[in-house]
Amino acid sequence: MELTRLTARELGGQLIRGEVSAQEAVQAYLDRIAVVEARVQAFLQRDPEGASSQAVAVDERRAAGEDMGPLAGVPMALKDNLCTRHLPTTCASRILEGFRPPYDATVTARLRAAGTVLLGKTNLDEFAMGSSSENSGFFPTRNPWDLERVPGGSSAGSAAAVAAREVAFALGSDTGGSVRQPAAFCGVVGMKPTYGRVSRYGLVAFASSLDQVGTLTRDVADCALVLAAICGVDPLDATSAREAVPDFPALLEGGVRGLTLGVPREYLGQGVEPGVRENVRRAIAALEDLGARAEECSLPHTEYALSTYYLIAPAEASSNLARYDGIRYGRPAAHDDLLSLYGNTRREGFGPEVRRRIMLGTYALSAGYYDAYYLKALRVRTLIRQDFLRAFERYDLLVTPTSPTVAFPLGERTRDPLQMYLADVCTVPVSLAGLPAVSLPAGLSGGLPVGLQIIGRPFDEATVLRAAYALEQGAFWTRTPPPEEVGA
Amino acid sequence: MNYEVVIGLEVHAELATRSKMFCGCPAVFGGQPNTQVCPVCLGLPGVLPVPNRRAVEFAIRAALALNCAVASVTRFDRKNYFYPDLPKAYQISQYQHPLAKGGYVGIATPAGPKRVTIQRLHLEEDTGKLLHLPGGDSLVDLNRAGVPLMEIVSEPELSSPQEARDYLMQLKAVLEYTGVSDVRMEEGSLRCDVNVSLRPAGSAELGNLVEVKNLNSFRAVQRALEHEVERQRALLEANRRVVRETRHWDEASGTTFATRSKEEAHDYRYFPEPDLLPLEISPEWVEQIRSQLPELPGKRRRRLVDEDGLPEHDAAVLTASKRMADLYDACRAGYPDPKTVSNWLMGELARLLNATGRDLSQVPLTAEHLIGMWRLMDQGVLSGKLAKAVFEEMFRTGKDAATVVREQGASQISDEAQLAAVVERVVAANPKVVADFRGGKEQALGFLVGQVMRETRGRANPELANRLLRDQLRPG
Repeated sequence: MELTRLTARELGGQLIRGEVSAQEAVQAYLDRIAVVEARVQAFLQRDPEGASSQAVAVDERRAAGEDMGPLAGVPMALKDNLCTRHLPTTCASRILEGFRPPYDATVTARLRAAGTVLLGKTNLDEFAMGSSSENSGFFPTRNPWDLERVPGGSSAGSAAAVAAREVAFALGSDTGGSVRQPAAFCGVVGMKPTYGRVSRYGLVAFASSLDQVGTLTRDVADCALVLAAICGVDPLDATSAREAVPDFPALLEGGVRGLTLGVPREYLGQGVEPGVRENVRRAIAALEDLGARAEECSLPHTEYALSTYYLIAPAEASSNLARYDGIRYGRPAAHDDLLSLYGNTRREGFGPEVRRRIMLGTYALSAGYYDAYYLKALRVRTLIRQDFLRAFERYDLLVTPTSPTVAFPLGERTRDPLQMYLADVCTVPVSLAGLPAVSLPAGLSGGLPVGLQIIGRPFDEATVLRAAYALEQGAFWTRTPPPEEVGA
Repeated sequence: MNYEVVIGLEVHAELATRSKMFCGCPAVFGGQPNTQVCPVCLGLPGVLPVPNRRAVEFAIRAALALNCAVASVTRFDRKNYFYPDLPKAYQISQYQHPLAKGGYVGIATPAGPKRVTIQRLHLEEDTGKLLHLPGGDSLVDLNRAGVPLMEIVSEPELSSPQEARDYLMQLKAVLEYTGVSDVRMEEGSLRCDVNVSLRPAGSAELGNLVEVKNLNSFRAVQRALEHEVERQRALLEANRRVVRETRHWDEASGTTFATRSKEEAHDYRYFPEPDLLPLEISPEWVEQIRSQLPELPGKRRRRLVDEDGLPEHDAAVLTASKRMADLYDACRAGYPDPKTVSNWLMGELARLLNATGRDLSQVPLTAEHLIGMWRLMDQGVLSGKLAKAVFEEMFRTGKDAATVVREQGASQISDEAQLAAVVERVVAANPKVVADFRGGKEQALGFLVGQVMRETRGRANPELANRLLRDQLRPG
């Protein structure tokens, strides 16, 4: 069997048993990339030499008898807003062109320690702001299911690379849906853990109170495996949680019998495509068949989530992105004085969506507007979180579509930011509440993947994964194996 | 018209922690530019701050020593503005929920003791430094970026430049006593901005407030305030308006001038720092820190007055610096006379420190040295004059008094036979002066004593020389 068809867990098993070497695995993926990457354009940078030498090192350590763990030698990719020592980290922004961080993000370091092999850095909407990759400062990534459609975003390259079998798994980041929504569009599994579960150190900040590193994998078992490798408290991130990290892979089995699922009606109303709604209802029915009890419920403040998010996230972004001034790193623009250095560098370096959000956020934090916008948004955020926590008094999990539509055509929404923002309407409230959620495939609609979002209690990724696993294993129609041929 | 002066002080003190506020880089002064930096204090993409527990502890200690109420929950905020010495383009500071509020510092005024209210005390990170080159370029040194900084804001309750200076001295003493800061104005570890306004005496409304910056010494604070008060008074008396602005003190010309302040143009867009959780300060922690507070300057001053009988002024001077006060206490532990101790510390020691521009910490002199010297004086081995020479040597080399005396042969000649021989020689060599003295010219004796001192290179016991000369010259 072709190595790139294996899941990370399967490949890891073969590597452990010595049935295949890390070098062979890496070569198989490099070959695959050579075939499809020109069409998918998932990567901003590839590092075949670095990958090969990492693979050699893994093989040597294994040969020396070292116990390397289940992911050693497995090829993967990182979203290009995760810092990699000495490798470019651009956030798909011209302003960071050529920037090579002198340090690894904590997740990068953890995956290195696990022996995974980094094949490259994946494309994204500039600074993770967008839902289609069309805001990348370099080029858009294509959806492997249909090259004329967007892969979702902002973790576009990571989702597309996993779907196109260019890597065994990838990491992304999720601020308002940036892992889950592209996972849904590309038919892969995308997990955003609880805020604080994974260290943000080395994740280039977009909106600090919302950002969370997440996983993009072929299936739920891979998700558990990768999650186990990256979760846990980090002394370099003061917001990382001290919660114990359960052994996720060991907790997948057990099924959904006895679990109560809430189905918030606000997520299946207006704006949801019939095809998406049908598939989500079918998936819920399948979970019921597997022994769960499902019940309609309400999260009354849902309608305010998007506006709340588009005050808080840009406000934080306006501050987080202020450091890009061309003085210490990145490319300074031509200038006459300090003010024009700032102005020109930032005008030339940032794309229109980033500039729009910086302006929105600056406005929301300005004297005289702070109370009406930012402070009020914080209050609504609390209400939204309370909605969820109240629901979790009754329900073990909440189930919704991941996005109201399947992948839309490239260019369809670029002129209307509000239409673009709606792609995240189902994921944003979960981010505001800081909860863990997974998007997993729930069949196809019109030949394109539909995503089901399963939301859990704070730090209860294990139950989310258990339900996702039960559905994946128990309702085969939901699974969307990667498209056979990309754009052929 | 009579005007009332209203002054408030905003003091920044760098905390004397080993590492910076939000990363592990060393926080020490000096060092080649940009050598004490890491991704965090350089503000590289993706980095996160982790608060320095020791810095929080120091701030709590200072807050308690300044009689402040420490918050049970405090929070950091971001202060956003662009400047090349600020790598993240925001400073992590505290705005809405400062670490402490509502303390006071006691000062003495001609009208009696006065309590100056401290409005707030909060923690923040320092910025880097810019070096402006002649050609118009500027260089950035980020060694200082991220050094823990404590901001202490007084209420505008000071009513003269002298009061402002006294308040600052007291504040500095408290920070030094508690060991939280090096409080060196010349190195920038203590910085002071003042705001000053005038209003008609008795008026409740504040006049237009002027902020003065670039004050690098206590003297500068006082001089700048004196200048600014006079400038504003002249404006008001000429029926002109005082402009609300920030002015820069120019030490050389002794004047202030208006600057286009970055403050005025800016809306800092403060908002809660999302990278840090609110900081909870437990009452147990506060009490533990309180229980470890040292004796503070005010209390120490009282002790020197009440127990040692020193004048208020002397006690204030001696306790203004902890090192000086500690030296005083150590001397007193081994020497019974407070007046001798205070005279030497405030006299010779202060003079030499001043003359050499050194700080007590940079001088090898110890209490044991001083006590040894005073004992030698009491035993008549050293005269007051010789002692000063010995003291200088101890101050310079760190040798004890006995060693200096031995090495320099500096002990006093109190041996009558030895000195008598010298006296005879002097008398024989100066027949004219001897005749003058015998003729009733009393001053002539002084000259002869001087000659004896010269012959013995200052070692003669002056009283003995005096007596021996009189004996020798007594008629018949």
